[in-house]
Amino acid sequence: MPSKIKSSRDLEKLQQALSKKPDTGKPRISVCNGTACRPYGSNPVVDAFKLEIEKRALDNQLEFKVTGCHGFCERGPIAIIEPGNIFYQKIKVEDVAEIIEKTLKKETIGRLLYKDPGTNLETVKQDDLPFYRNQKRIILGNNTRIDPTSIEDYIAIGGYSALAKALSTMQPEQIIDVVKQSGLRGRGGGGFLTGSKWETCRNAHGDVKYVIVNADEGDPGAYANEGLLTGNPHSVLEGLIIGAFAIGSHQGYIYVRNEYPLALKNVTTAMQQAEKLGLLGKNILGSGFDFSVRVNRGGGAFVCGESTALMASLEGKTGEPRAKYVHTVEKGLWDSPSDLNNVETWANIPQIINNGAAWFSSIGTKGNTGTKIFSLTGKVNNTGLVEIPMGIKLREIIFDIGGGIRGGKKFKAVQTGGPSGGCLPEKLIDLSVDFDELTKAGAMMGSGGMIVMDEDNCMVDVARYFLTFLEEESCGKCVPCREGIKRMRQILNDITEGKGREGDLDLLKELSSHLKDSSLCALGGSAPNPVLTTIKYFSEEYEAHIKQKKCPAGVCKMLIQFSIIDEKCPGCGMCVKVCPSNAITDMGKKKPVVLDQSKCIKCRTCYDICRMGAVKIE
Amino acid sequence: MSESVTLTINGQKYSAEKGKTVLQVAADNGIKIPTLCHHEEIEPYGACRLCIVEITRGTRNRIVTSCLYPVEEGLVVQTDSPRVVRNRKMLLDLLLARCSENKVIKGLAAEYGIEKPSFREEYREKHDCIVCGLCVRACEQVVGVSAISLVNRGIHKEPKPPYLERAKACIGCGSCFYVCPTNAIQMEDKNGIRRIDRWKVEFKLKKCSKCGIEWAPVAQLEYIRKKWDLPAGFFDICPNCK
Amino acid sequence: MKDKVTAIIKKYDNDKSQLVSILQDVQAEYNYLPRAALDKLSKKMDIPQSQVYSLATFFRAFSLKERGKHIVNVCLGTACHVRGGELILESLERQLDIQRGNTTKDNNFTLETVNCMGCCATGPVVKINDEYFGHMTNDKVEPMIKKYSK
Repeated sequence: MPSKIKSSRDLEKLQQALSKKPDTGKPRISVCNGTACRPYGSNPVVDAFKLEIEKRALDNQLEFKVTGCHGFCERGPIAIIEPGNIFYQKIKVEDVAEIIEKTLKKETIGRLLYKDPGTNLETVKQDDLPFYRNQKRIILGNNTRIDPTSIEDYIAIGGYSALAKALSTMQPEQIIDVVKQSGLRGRGGGGFLTGSKWETCRNAHGDVKYVIVNADEGDPGAYANEGLLTGNPHSVLEGLIIGAFAIGSHQGYIYVRNEYPLALKNVTTAMQQAEKLGLLGKNILGSGFDFSVRVNRGGGAFVCGESTALMASLEGKTGEPRAKYVHTVEKGLWDSPSDLNNVETWANIPQIINNGAAWFSSIGTKGNTGTKIFSLTGKVNNTGLVEIPMGIKLREIIFDIGGGIRGGKKFKAVQTGGPSGGCLPEKLIDLSVDFDELTKAGAMMGSGGMIVMDEDNCMVDVARYFLTFLEEESCGKCVPCREGIKRMRQILNDITEGKGREGDLDLLKELSSHLKDSSLCALGGSAPNPVLTTIKYFSEEYEAHIKQKKCPAGVCKMLIQFSIIDEKCPGCGMCVKVCPSNAITDMGKKKPVVLDQSKCIKCRTCYDICRMGAVKIE
Repeated sequence: MSESVTLTINGQKYSAEKGKTVLQVAADNGIKIPTLCHHEEIEPYGACRLCIVEITRGTRNRIVTSCLYPVEEGLVVQTDSPRVVRNRKMLLDLLLARCSENKVIKGLAAEYGIEKPSFREEYREKHDCIVCGLCVRACEQVVGVSAISLVNRGIHKEPKPPYLERAKACIGCGSCFYVCPTNAIQMEDKNGIRRIDRWKVEFKLKKCSKCGIEWAPVAQLEYIRKKWDLPAGFFDICPNCK
Repeated sequence: MKDKVTAIIKKYDNDKSQLVSILQDVQAEYNYLPRAALDKLSKKMDIPQSQVYSLATFFRAFSLKERGKHIVNVCLGTACHVRGGELILESLERQLDIQRGNTTKDNNFTLETVNCMGCCATGPVVKINDEYFGHMTNDKVEPMIKKYSK
């Protein structure tokens, strides 16, 4: 580790030295070991690389880098070979020796390349893949270039130069002006102008001020902040220090979900490294500015993503929100002015300081500048983290980047904004993705979850799912949220069980409008969105459940039945073996199996295992 | 002298001290706003939402809780607008479904014309507690004992002693009983013993050495005596005989 | 136990605002929050027992019950839900013969759910201790559990 950096000039020198390391001439293998690659076995792959390189003493001929999330999680474990920008996917331990061998010989391995599912054509370079080609990765792009546990890596690619620029050449007011002019809006979901928030906090009365990173990404199905914090923690930290300087704060907090062990580890390491190098602490880069940071772990409460609940939790209390009639930028943590921004918002700051407000606002659309990271998941072919310029169409994300719907199924809906957001139908597929358009349609940008659903997903079940989630996550303080969500969930439960009644939808709508008006915080206020959007865009599905007692998508257990299509069943007995309730009987070879309805628990195991499509759900 | 502001409540102009809440100012001027979770001696909390009012600032109308909203110059408040009443009715509807046999809630709901909840019969619950937290806040803020707290979250949240056992720190003062807006806490003084079943506690009552009346729990008097450093025997005589 | 709890409190300079972190460290040490440790905390840090209990029951991360040797975590995030996460959970409940939130009789497994683990692209996801299992299907449940059975 280099010694303490005492000035901007020192940092510049170190950056030059690090970026000119002799390493740069060697071929480099970067393997993704982000959280989403781990279920695919990226850990053993990384170990195999290390072992092989050590065994063959290739340290001098090859640079090996373990990085955070590359984004294309669907194809993990992933490696990028430089030079050449070669993209290898679905790597197994057995492939490791060959990858090393071929990389040294400057050859590529065809079988590990990405093949277009339609044309079967191979693509060599990452940048040419449809998944990456249509993105604009100003924030996430560096994930593939650095080892997130190495501050040298970050500095080598120009890291902390924005901080040096801000501290040595800019006044706090100037920084705020640049952020304001950039048009950056809060990436946590609300979309409030970041620069204005900073300005209010700077001007608020009080000697002590706090800056906070909200990394309590609680939206189920969103992991954009996880990918960023795990893959490039220094970019968030750098943004935070710049913000602290602009606001006049000397103490910062990073509030990380406890369910993100890797993010926690990497951000803690980053903080310790920055401290050692003098980028945190007293007299940062000789500027006279002091700032320190503390990492706090969340306790597993979705409501703590709400600013006042998060601050209560930071004070060691239960995460109950309070009314925000006096804003947290005036009176927040320990009643002091506090600025809280989302991980992604902070990570944008160094880019804006380095490249200027004009550059930033040239990306995206007027009023919605810059990029947004989404975790594209669900029934889409290319799942992963995607970063897009604001204002592109949903269609471009789902079909061009996401490669369309899995298994040739039909697109049904896309859910954005998590439990506070909504489900948008096919007719809105050309909607532009920005704060205002999504809100207008009844959904929300949120922290960047984008869950694609196909014809096999039941929208009433999805609404029920979100309300069940919110019922569990409500802090329970105020009546509308605690009692209202419970009743809404009960009604939805009844509908999915075939006990829906006429008038249920009206009551749901009435409760929705009440929750929006009267809840204490945004959790309750936005809780109706999943219900309202599904009623608005998929009313026929509700009708089918309530009137015909049918679930057209074949999801709601009480309304469906499994049966065997005799003509299609070869009697292989696979389903008989896996059926947990012994509901299927083998009738001998080449004879169709028999399913006993009274024993069937509708677990779907037979449906999933049958390769002949002989199990029918109706 | 403290700054004052002018605001309009239900069409009438009022002058009020800055820093006060809309609920306080309304009460000062004899305007009744219903509330369950509010008590003057205890910090406002905003849980029951019954005190909601509609405010107008510029062209924007919104619903806020008057117990928390600070008055400001030019604020326009309506305490019973159609939107307020609609929301208040739904609150009472929800509370009634939770406390379907509680007299206070039933009475309040009836005032707003609600005889039975809009929800299915099988959803109805028979709680008395509305989880307004007044008992917990009184115990913490007024008594300074924190013998009970709000336990769990969401629909399972309720005031309870730690580990759901006997509230060991309780001094039997009965503040929780007095502040509870729905009579969900029962307290009984009988045969020299005070019982608060909800916290699983029993206290011996002190007998006045003069008149013989059992006037307060020994534990409470001891607590006060120690806190204020009063001499032993200070509470041997009840306040009436002093 | 006393020494361990004292050491944890000391690590946080006896700072009451760090109570959530302190409880997390205590849980990391014992796999759950033992009553004796909480009482010790409450005394040592001068925080009413009721407030420690309130915090411990508010946050989902904390368990007041002793947990099994292996923690099985089923993700019920939205991305996992639309790909059938709930069915995987039910399958695990059958396999382990316990309901979510409980521990097997032999104390080998505790079955818990989580609202998102941050690897949504690979859903449905199950995590046992530190090992992640992606693209789960019902028929993968049994071999997965076997791996951790005694």
